[in-house]
Amino acid sequence: MQFMLLFSRQGKLRLQKWYVPLSDKERKKISRDLVQTILARKPKMCSFLEWRDLKIVYKRYASLYFCCAVEDQDNELITLEIIHRYVELLDKYFGSVCELDIIFNFEKAYFILDEFLLGGEAQETSKKNVLKAIEQADLLFNNYLNNSLFIGIAAKHFVKSSNGCSANFA
Amino acid sequence: MKELMVRAIYCEMLGYEASFSYIHAIKLAQQGTALEKRVGYLAVSLFLNESHELLLLLVNTVLKDLQSTNLIEVCMALTVVSQMFPKDMIPAILPLVEEKLNHPKEIIRRKAVLALYKFYLIAPNQVQHIHNKFRKALCDKDPGVMTASLHIYLQMIQENPEGYKDLTTSFVTILKQVVGGKLPMDFNYHSVPAPWLQIQLLRILLFCSTIFLCRDVAALCIHCYCIQPLSSFPAILYESAKCIGNFVLSLKINLKYLGLKALTYVVQQHPKLALQHQMTIIECLDHPDLIIKRETLELLFRITNAQNVSVIVEKMLDPFLKIMLCCCIIYTLFIVLILFSYEEYTYAPDNEWFIETMSTVFSVGGDMMQPDIPNSFLKLLSEGFDSVEEDRKLRLFAVDSYVSLLQGEPGKLPQRFLQVISWVLGEYSYLREELEAATVLRLLAKLLDMKSTSSETKSWVLMAMTKLCEGGAGVSVTQEVCETYGSSLDTVLRQRAQELQHLSQDCELRARVLPRGAGLEPLEVDSSLSFLDGFVSEALAAGAAPYKAPHQRQEELAQAKALSLEPYGLSLPISMSSCSIADRQSPTLLSVSSGLSTTLKLDGVKRVWGREGYLSEREPVEESAHVEVPSPLQSPSQQGEADSSQSQTLTPIPTPQPEQEKQQLASSLFVGLGSQSSVCLMGKSESTTQRFRRKAKDLAVSSLEQTSQLSQGPAAANGICDVELTGSDMSETSPTLIRDNGVVAADPAPHEDPDKLKDLCLRTHLPAEFSGLCHSEITPLCTNQTLDFSACHLQKEDSLALVVFIYNSSDSDIQEILLELDSDELEVSCVCDSPVQEARSHSVAVCQYSLTVKRPSVHVEVVGTASYQFPAGTPHSAQFSYKLPLTSFIRPLTVSTEEYGAMWLDFSHDTKQKLTLISDGQEPLTDTLNVLKKKLQLHVVEIIGMEGIVACRLLRDQPCLMHCRLHAGTLSVWLRSPVPDLPDCLMYHCQRALQEH
Repeated sequence: MQFMLLFSRQGKLRLQKWYVPLSDKERKKISRDLVQTILARKPKMCSFLEWRDLKIVYKRYASLYFCCAVEDQDNELITLEIIHRYVELLDKYFGSVCELDIIFNFEKAYFILDEFLLGGEAQETSKKNVLKAIEQADLLFNNYLNNSLFIGIAAKHFVKSSNGCSANFA
Repeated sequence: MKELMVRAIYCEMLGYEASFSYIHAIKLAQQGTALEKRVGYLAVSLFLNESHELLLLLVNTVLKDLQSTNLIEVCMALTVVSQMFPKDMIPAILPLVEEKLNHPKEIIRRKAVLALYKFYLIAPNQVQHIHNKFRKALCDKDPGVMTASLHIYLQMIQENPEGYKDLTTSFVTILKQVVGGKLPMDFNYHSVPAPWLQIQLLRILLFCSTIFLCRDVAALCIHCYCIQPLSSFPAILYESAKCIGNFVLSLKINLKYLGLKALTYVVQQHPKLALQHQMTIIECLDHPDLIIKRETLELLFRITNAQNVSVIVEKMLDPFLKIMLCCCIIYTLFIVLILFSYEEYTYAPDNEWFIETMSTVFSVGGDMMQPDIPNSFLKLLSEGFDSVEEDRKLRLFAVDSYVSLLQGEPGKLPQRFLQVISWVLGEYSYLREELEAATVLRLLAKLLDMKSTSSETKSWVLMAMTKLCEGGAGVSVTQEVCETYGSSLDTVLRQRAQELQHLSQDCELRARVLPRGAGLEPLEVDSSLSFLDGFVSEALAAGAAPYKAPHQRQEELAQAKALSLEPYGLSLPISMSSCSIADRQSPTLLSVSSGLSTTLKLDGVKRVWGREGYLSEREPVEESAHVEVPSPLQSPSQQGEADSSQSQTLTPIPTPQPEQEKQQLASSLFVGLGSQSSVCLMGKSESTTQRFRRKAKDLAVSSLEQTSQLSQGPAAANGICDVELTGSDMSETSPTLIRDNGVVAADPAPHEDPDKLKDLCLRTHLPAEFSGLCHSEITPLCTNQTLDFSACHLQKEDSLALVVFIYNSSDSDIQEILLELDSDELEVSCVCDSPVQEARSHSVAVCQYSLTVKRPSVHVEVVGTASYQFPAGTPHSAQFSYKLPLTSFIRPLTVSTEEYGAMWLDFSHDTKQKLTLISDGQEPLTDTLNVLKKKLQLHVVEIIGMEGIVACRLLRDQPCLMHCRLHAGTLSVWLRSPVPDLPDCLMYHCQRALQEH
């Protein structure tokens, strides 16, 4: 896989992950191009595009588009399933995920993606295993918070209630 | 800090520059606590890429974390390592990552395997020694680790399918287990067991080209839509066709797309399969989704044949007018299709149709088209076909239609099309007698006046006018044009205008330069301009100043500004020895003015531009007008099968009107897809895939080149067997030819035993007359169950010998081994008494060949076929290829300076380039030439001051001369030879030799 983009219906990028070294300028150009092309497509059209020498596979979930670019010899359907598996993972982790979850906890979304795909290849396809790895890391993080942060009970409570992640833009 | 970093990531994602925070991200990863580290690493992996310089600062952190006892920290470090890591720092962390392969936690092992995969991708030679550990990972008890290791295997098997044959059974076993549901439940994905793993395995098996591919696997292939591997198994294809039908008919759009794709694959082998789905295909053509439409067009293209070409082309033209956006690919496709069909000639319905379609294509596609398309069109026009009369008609029609186009509104036509038009008019408008040249000239002049015409088009137009301005026709127009463009700022245009002026006035010259209808004869271009020699010497005798190359002039200009310390340097007769002292003066200039040396004088002088210098320039230009672009298609030999079974005629049942139309269309589209046409389609599909894949292939080739470059160097000897031999790999057993080249294959290095031992044992079988000569490393060529083939080459004084060893490892003797060698570039002759050999059991048979170069190329290759028979009677054959560099055919050529001078003038093929100097010693020129002499076996004839002349020959008597000149820290090299391509190839090797030094 070359890269993965998440963007909203309005064309705002929500998450981007690049597995090939590209300059900032190229990245921006590519994402702008793709977002425009994909948003222009009607819901009844197919989920595959041939774009430059890449295959673009995208899928829309509610207001969010998930878009992956794979090499020519890769299988489109299985890429579509990768997207779906990622959404399932997000869903399981956040508990019926919505766009806001990803906006406010986007570093979490990145962590999950890193456990699922590594260096552009599927790392672990078992849902259980991925979530276990994330939970372990979160556990460490919570322990750390409990032990070393004595800023105030309120703050602690707030952190705990939001499942170990502070709401950055709340 | 962590908060701020998260915000910085967000800003960056929204498109704002946040580069100031990069260094803080690294600091956070380095110093932060576990939690902050996580965010720090994430930020680093999002901000930086592999080539970023700040990444070096991360190496220490990664090292520390890899050694940490905290699992999470190790995980984080491995994640970032497999995300991106500077290539040159891999050796630093490689042992640590390797160690992690034995970690008790499977998540660590999995990440370590993926990190190694990443290393393999960016630096394959550094992970060569751990291939065994990959095998262990493949057998890991955790399915996740095993899955991860498959990525590496897919990559390795793609590169070397032969090397992993033994693993095929394990892959099939794994696949069977997966399909049989042996994996834990949580690997299931919507009740399919581990689909990703299955696909991965299938892709690997595709490269293994396995014979184990059993039926249920095939069913699975169809299920998962890996139709590619199937196309080689016809029996299964028919079954798969049914499934494909379901896909194509499917209402779900994604499945439809895949169905079309699969159908495209299948149709290449069995065009008949498309017949079942013709109605669906027609429907797909009108589908609102462009992507679907495009796939359909590609499918149609694959089934084009003699009967349906015009319908298909029409159909293609129609949607493609509407979808300019994504038409680039279709465009090429489509044009290729037409050109192809026309070359077939019997395919195309008639001339008018062809010219009109091409006009539409040109005017619609315009400047988006690849430049080779108009070129091949023009080539088609000028080369013509078998019948002269047909050619004439075709050209006539082209002229007619283009004249009428120009009379209309030429302003709208794209530039490419205008160029085509002007060429055709210039070349062929004489065919139409009633058309006056003046009219055409006026039309062309109108083009020149248009604002939108680019200067490239203008020069095409001017050239066409030059061809047309015969016999005083349209003198006023030409005069006007000449005046306007004779003072143009564009030098090309100005030159064209001058040509036009001269040639329109001088009829005789014109007839000589531009003979009518002679566009096809290839023009001999004398790039060295030797025909001007007489003129030059006359001019020199009359006291003209000799020509100086621009760089020389600049140099002198610089010198003129500096204070001259040798005031009388130029006026006094100077001996050659003083040249080297007064080395700021160009020796060429000195030698000319003092008249001391005859050899160097000529080479400095010959390129003089005379008053009529432009004359010689015209020829190459003229040629560029009809550059021969080789058409990417091979024309298949079959003609259209007119009598093919028209099995799909209209159904007799009355159908509603639109339906009927569709069926009509269908019947015209699919006509001729009967049984006999399959051969012809096969031929075509081959050539088109070739075209489509060219890009991918190029990429693959370049990456291959990269890897081979990487694997060279000292590490090359152990792992990958690098058949491509460079001159320095020659082992040194005799000091006669090469003195100090690095690698000595005779020393068996302690760790590379088995191959080396065999090498040694084969060496003893070298024919006796070769002992004492230096030979290359013995390279294994191919191996099958009984016979091992290997080869080496030996440099003899006046020939190159190739020795092929055949080792019989079986217990029975094999008689009558027939070995046939062939090569595009070489002439191969057998030295042995008979080409038939016999190999006794566990012994070696030796065949000897002598090689000479037919056609020089940078690397030459010998392809061999061995056919043999077991005593039991089954015939077998094996194929191999042996690659060797041109340098093995180069020998020094001993000539004197005078002889050199005489030869230099006779040779017509030359090339010039600047090479880097070797500048560690006192005398860079001598050092550099010595390196070349050593590595390439050249003969240094003489070194005079800043210039040196070198000679060599290609076996047997094909000389090549080299003239080197020191200039501004680089070496300007000029190579000349009577053999085409030899200078270019030699230049490549010189460059490489200097780089390697």
